[in-house]
Amino acid sequence: MADARHRPMTSALLEVKGVTLQYKTPRHLVTATYQIDFSVHQSDRYVILGPSGCGKTTVLKGVGGFMPPVEGSIRINGRAIESPGPDRMMVFQEFEQLMPWKTVYQNVLFPMKVTKRFGAKEASERANAVIEKVGLTKFRDIYPHMLSGGMKMRVAIARAMALEPDILLMDEPFAALDALTRRTMQQELLSLWDQLRFTVLFVTHSIEEAIIIGSRILVLSPHPGRVRAELDAEGLDHNSVGRPEFGILTKRIHTLLFGEKHPLRAQQEIRA
Amino acid sequence: MNAEPSQKPGQAPRPEFEVDLIEATAIGDVERPLTITERLVNNEAVQRLTILVTIVVIWELYARWLNNGLLFPSFGETIRTFSKDIANGVLIDRTITSLRTLAIGYALGLVLAAVLTTVAVASTAGTRVLSTLTAMFNPLPAIALLPLALIWFGLGTPSLVFVIIHSVLWAVALNTLIGFRGVPETLRMSGRNVGLKGARYVGLILIPAAFPSILAGLKIGWAFAWRTLVAAELVFGVSSRSGGIGWYIFEARNDLDTATVFSGLLAVIFIGLVVESVIFRAIEARTVNLWGMQR
Repeated sequence: MADARHRPMTSALLEVKGVTLQYKTPRHLVTATYQIDFSVHQSDRYVILGPSGCGKTTVLKGVGGFMPPVEGSIRINGRAIESPGPDRMMVFQEFEQLMPWKTVYQNVLFPMKVTKRFGAKEASERANAVIEKVGLTKFRDIYPHMLSGGMKMRVAIARAMALEPDILLMDEPFAALDALTRRTMQQELLSLWDQLRFTVLFVTHSIEEAIIIGSRILVLSPHPGRVRAELDAEGLDHNSVGRPEFGILTKRIHTLLFGEKHPLRAQQEIRA
Repeated sequence: MNAEPSQKPGQAPRPEFEVDLIEATAIGDVERPLTITERLVNNEAVQRLTILVTIVVIWELYARWLNNGLLFPSFGETIRTFSKDIANGVLIDRTITSLRTLAIGYALGLVLAAVLTTVAVASTAGTRVLSTLTAMFNPLPAIALLPLALIWFGLGTPSLVFVIIHSVLWAVALNTLIGFRGVPETLRMSGRNVGLKGARYVGLILIPAAFPSILAGLKIGWAFAWRTLVAAELVFGVSSRSGGIGWYIFEARNDLDTATVFSGLLAVIFIGLVVESVIFRAIEARTVNLWGMQR
């Protein structure tokens, strides 16, 4: 499986250059990120990792088009991003991103219907296919309030994938799930990637999740968010959690984020 | 993770154990359909009916004990008058007159509320305008505007429609605005993510997402409107040729025909119950209950 995730050598799909993002709260003007550069290539599993306050969600909102940069440029396929659009489908952390008034099937169908990108029949077929892919065929006509958190997340991912966006934006999608479900979902995401080779920009604050999910990891430092490092995490997944490379990378990231003191956890992983 | 059982001093050892599963067939099927009696007891219609029957029994007993038809006619007497007036068409006529006026006023009120709320969600200034207007006019009883309405529009339907609009408009507009404001940010963003804007965004995301609140507004608006209408008819139903249900009650009171007054009140209550527990209940069951937005 590790070999299958070889990254093809292509030019950048998403280019972020010198981007500073600011937002207003009722009392303050907050600088979330300062002059950030990175580029995401076709079929990357690009992870943005950082502690809270490093502006990683804000970066994702910038790429999503919800927030114009104060300086710098965000380009997708060479075109500047101006507003939200279905070429950059977003999967949020919260479960309430699904429309409670639509069934699983209708939720998946909705973006295809709204964007009119596919004909009615094709849209319906695609919706059914992608629902099957995430294993929810039995729950096709159920309303979201009757689903578990993990299932809702699967619907959200299915909905985003059905539209075949240029890039999938995921904002800590598994953070609100229990540990067992989270692990299953991570595996499912990886096996979906093995089948479809989509490009995904994934935000997380968990070092372990970043290494398991990502093929590239961008490490951000907080207050304001600045680039600390970009690392290669190709070929590391759940099976390699106990392996020395995994421990070394964990320790390296930890040092990048928190300075010299590395956690007991990383030590244990190295010993194991 | 220690293999040996931990044993603290002064405590008995706690051995690990594994047992064969006990026989569980005695409890029956894991999922068992409820019996008809159990389902009947849980049924909302049955529960409501029981409450109504109880009230009727208490009414009848009290009226018989009091034995004064002028002050408090019995349920039987009221029902006799009620069915007599239904049969000769008087009550139906009066009710239809009332409901027609109500429908016009309610519809106009909803249209105005929709316009006002759309303006209000479009900008912060609009929100301020709506919340100020609502704060001013919502506490103002519609009946207090009736004298003014009579000066402006004269005796007749336009005055009634005016006060009904007043009683519907603010309740619905306020609830809709609150509902729109309460739509979760994530849901808004996932709507904008697929490129929804303007009217399509309001229609496809905001309105369904705020529907519990909008529906509450519609219900309050309906109750206000019905109440206001009957009250207004009591005040000046006198001069209009085809009076409404308020006029029916007013006439009966002038004749000291208390049973007819009761039968008029019964009609008011009955229509209220039907609208609330049939029409609105059906809308709820098909929307907010189905979607899990409200229990």
